[in-house]
Order: sequence, then C-alpha cells, then structure tokens
Amino acid sequence: MGTPPNKAADAAKKTNQGFVYLPLIAGWLVPGAGHFLLRKWGRGTLLGVSIFALFALGLAMDGKLYSGAQDILELLGLAGDLGNGLLYFAGRMLSLGGDPVQFTTADYGTKFIEFAGLLNVIAAIDAHNLRTGRKAS
Amino acid sequence: MIRPSHFTALLLAAFFTSTVFGITMRDKPMRMLRFGIYCFILFVGSAILLSWLMYFIAR
Repeated sequence: MGTPPNKAADAAKKTNQGFVYLPLIAGWLVPGAGHFLLRKWGRGTLLGVSIFALFALGLAMDGKLYSGAQDILELLGLAGDLGNGLLYFAGRMLSLGGDPVQFTTADYGTKFIEFAGLLNVIAAIDAHNLRTGRKAS
Repeated sequence: MIRPSHFTALLLAAFFTSTVFGITMRDKPMRMLRFGIYCFILFVGSAILLSWLMYFIAR
C-alpha cells in the first residue's frame, strides 16, 4: 500500500509553480485582472468595476491626471495616478482630465482618480497574496 | 462633466472604497460583506461627525 498523498505539500508545490508575480502585474495593469487569473471571477469583477467607476467618475468630474511633478504633493498625486496602470496611460494618451482645478468637484475628481490608483495597488497585492498562499482563498 | 454635491461625492467614494476594502481585507464572502458595510458606515459617519465639528469650530 502506497503512502497517502500529502495534500499540504501538493498545495504548496502548486502555489509555487509558474510566475508568481503575474497576478500582481496583471492586477496593476488592468483592475481585477489579477483575480481573474486566479479564477476569482466575482471578486475580480467587483474590484474592477469599483476601481474603474472611481476612475471614470474622477474624469467625469473634470479631475486632473498628473503628467509630471513640480513638488512633493504633485509627486504623491502622480504616484497615486500611476497605480491605475493602463487606465492612467490610456487617459494620458487620450488627453483626458482637466488641466487646472477650477471647481471643488474637480478637486474631488482628482482625488477620486488617486483613490482608484491606490485601491488598484491594494487589489493587485491581494491577488499576489492569494497566488502565493499568504491569504486563504 | 458631472458636478455631484459634496455628500453625493462622499457616498460614492465611501461605497467603492468600502467594496475594495471588504474584498481585500477579509477572506470569506460573509466577512467581506460585513467589513465592507462596517467601513462604509465609518467613512460616512466620521465625515458627518467631522463636518459638524468644523461647523461649530467656525462659529
């Protein structure tokens, strides 16, 4: 009689197969894609819709997409915007977003876009944690 | 271009942020839902509380 299969060892071996950073990178580039790669369809859809909605609402409120940084606050804003991955680059290519902030809601829009970027980074890290087994699925 | 009121903007930001927090900070669907609702209430509640505080400070 053979030895019983060690399920924990198999699961650990399985989680280390392939490129473990793929969900992290995919999740950063496209909101929710990291979870889709892990077949977490519901979570991926909710994350993608939430992040895309914040980004789109920010642009609709005439929020600003940072293109460069003159001071530390703009640098932080740019870092937040870059968290949106391809959404940010698409927005920049299409020249979306307002230039100077002229209304209170436009300032809110700028913050919505930064929110979306930072939340996307959290979602991508969550996908990475699921992939490595650090977070139970 | 849309111009929501301050409170509508708060509700929108709180809703979507709570959704992401709920999914990423908990591991079971029911706990995700509960944590998302908890975050939403805290976001909106703290904003209302701080708004009233600033209202009285300004007087």
